[in-house]
Amino acid sequence: MAKRIDARDLNIYYGSFLAVESVCLSIEPRSVTALIGPSGCGKSTFLRSLNRMHEVVPGAHVDGSVELDGQDIYADNVDPVTVRRTIGMVFQRPNPFPTMSIFDNVVAGLKLQGHRSKSELNEIAEGALRAANLWNEVKDRLDKPGSSLSGGQQQRLCIARAIAIRPDVLLMDEPCSALDPISTMAIEELIEELKRDYTIVIVTHNMQQAARVSDRTAFFNLVATGKPGQLVEVDRTAKIFSNPSVRATEDYVSGRFG
Amino acid sequence: MTQMTEFRSPQGEPPVEPQLAGSPVRAGDRIFRTLTAGSSVFLLVIIAGIAVFLFSRTVPALQADSVNFFTERTWFPDSAPSVFGIAALAWGTLLSSLLALLLALPVGIGVALFIAHYAPRRLATGLGYLIDLLAAVPSVVFGLWGRDFLVPNMVGISSFLAENFGWIPFFATPNSETYTQTMFNAGVVLAVMILPIISAVCREVFLQVPQGHIEAAMALGATRWETMRMAVLPFGRSGMISSAMLGLGRALGETVAVALILSTSYGISLHILEPGGNTFAANIALQYSFAQDTGIDALIASGMVLFVITLLVNMAARWIIARRAAFSGAN
Repeated sequence: MAKRIDARDLNIYYGSFLAVESVCLSIEPRSVTALIGPSGCGKSTFLRSLNRMHEVVPGAHVDGSVELDGQDIYADNVDPVTVRRTIGMVFQRPNPFPTMSIFDNVVAGLKLQGHRSKSELNEIAEGALRAANLWNEVKDRLDKPGSSLSGGQQQRLCIARAIAIRPDVLLMDEPCSALDPISTMAIEELIEELKRDYTIVIVTHNMQQAARVSDRTAFFNLVATGKPGQLVEVDRTAKIFSNPSVRATEDYVSGRFG
Repeated sequence: MTQMTEFRSPQGEPPVEPQLAGSPVRAGDRIFRTLTAGSSVFLLVIIAGIAVFLFSRTVPALQADSVNFFTERTWFPDSAPSVFGIAALAWGTLLSSLLALLLALPVGIGVALFIAHYAPRRLATGLGYLIDLLAAVPSVVFGLWGRDFLVPNMVGISSFLAENFGWIPFFATPNSETYTQTMFNAGVVLAVMILPIISAVCREVFLQVPQGHIEAAMALGATRWETMRMAVLPFGRSGMISSAMLGLGRALGETVAVALILSTSYGISLHILEPGGNTFAANIALQYSFAQDTGIDALIASGMVLFVITLLVNMAARWIIARRAAFSGAN
C-alpha cells in the first residue's frame, strides 16, 4: 500500500529522440504530487514512464532508474505487466470498456489476476465504486454498459477500475480535462479522499487544480521546441505558487507565459 | 453596452426584417437526395426482379416434380416421371461451407490480429497487400490449384485423420480410402478462398479499436494477449461476425472450385474424407448444359433455395449483432 517513488537521473527516449532529460524526483507516499508545465514539456511522458506505459510507443526506452520503495521498476528481471498492476493509471479521456457492463469494467483488472469468486468480486466492486463516489449513482444498473454513463461518471468508473486492483500508486494524466466543472469538482474531492490510501501523481494543465489538490508541485519546462523537457523545480505546492525559487516557475504560475 | 446599441434600428425606421424566408430545399440537396434514393430503389428493384424470376420458374418445376422436392436426394428432372430434390445439395452446400468457415475463421482472425497488433509496421503492410492480392485471385484458379496441387498433397493429412480419429463419424472411411475429391478437400480449398475476405475485414475492425481501450487494458496489468481478449476482440465482435458471414456467403455460392474438386454424387454422408457430395452451385454449373425444359426449371428452383439460405444466414448474423448493440462500442 502507498509506496514512495524515486526517479533518479531519468532520461526518456523515443527512439533516438531524448524527450525528457535527467529528472530526479521523489514522490512521497500518501500525498498528491502535481506535474505542471507547458504543452510538450514532457510531464505526461514522465508520468507514463512511472508505470512503463510509454513503452506502448515502439522504440521508447529510458536510462536512469525509477524506484518503487527502493525496487527499480526498470531492472532486467521486472515485467512491465507486474509494474502496471502495482501502479495504476487514469487517462485524460474516460475510457471504460464499451463492450463491458459497469460491473465488469470495475472487476476487469481483478479477473486478470485470477479472482473468480462471485461474492469476492461483488464485494470489491462495491468497495471500489464507493471509494470512487459512484456507488449510489450506479448500484441499480451495474449490468448496463459502461458507456451509458456521463463523462464525469465514466471517469469515476475508470478510477474505480484502477483502484479495484489495490495499486500502490495511482497516476492520473489530466483526468479532468475532458470534464465539466461539476464533474471536475467531484474528481478533485475524490483525489482528496484517495490520498489517504494511495500515492497519487497527477498531470494537470489547470494551475488552480494543482493548487487545490496537490501537496507538492513539480514544474516541467523545455528550453525550445525539439529540445528535451526538464524538471525545473519541485517543492511544496504553497511555495511553488507563492514564492518559487526559479524565475521561470514564477513566470509560468503567474500566467506570464505558457 | 455600446456595442448593443449598434444593433438597434435607428429611430423612426421600421425594424429590419431578417431575410430568412426562401426555399427550404436547395438544388444540390435535391439532386443528391434523388440520386441516393434512386440508387436504393434501383437495388431493391433488382433484388425483387431476381426473386420474381426465381419464383416464376420454381413453381412449374415443383409442379413437374413427382417426389418431395425437399427430401429427395437424386436429380433426374428430365426423366419421366421427373424425379429431383435438394436434400443432398443442401447437405453438401452447408457441410462444405461450414467446414470452410470452421477452418478459415480462426486462421483469418489470427492473421488479422497479427497484422493489426503484433507485426512490425513494415511486415504488417506487406502482409496486408498479400492478403488483398489473395482475395483477387479468380476462383477457377483456386479450383485448379486445389485439384492439381492441394488435393494430392492432402492425402497424408486425410489418412492421418482417418486412422487416428476414425472413431468420430466425420473422419470415418468405411467405403473408400482414396482421400481425394472429398468434402474435406472442397472445404479446405473453400477455406483458403474465404480466408482473405475474413482477415481483411477483421484487420480493418481491429485497427479501429481506440488506443484508449488498449491502454486501459494495459494499465490494469494485462499482457499482450489479455489486452487482445479484453479490448480488441470484444470491440471487433460485430466485425468478426460480418466477416464470417461474407466468407460464408462466398463459400455457399462458390461454383467452379467445388465443381472441379468434388467427384459429384447425390448422397448424404457424414464421412467428409470419402469422395462424393454435391452443392447447389456446382450442380447448377455441371448440369446446366445437359438440362432440358424441366431440368432448367429444376436448377433454377435449387437456385431459389440457395437464395433463401443466403438470406436466412444474413438475417441470423444481423440478429446476433443487434442483440448486443448497446455493448458494441459504437456508442
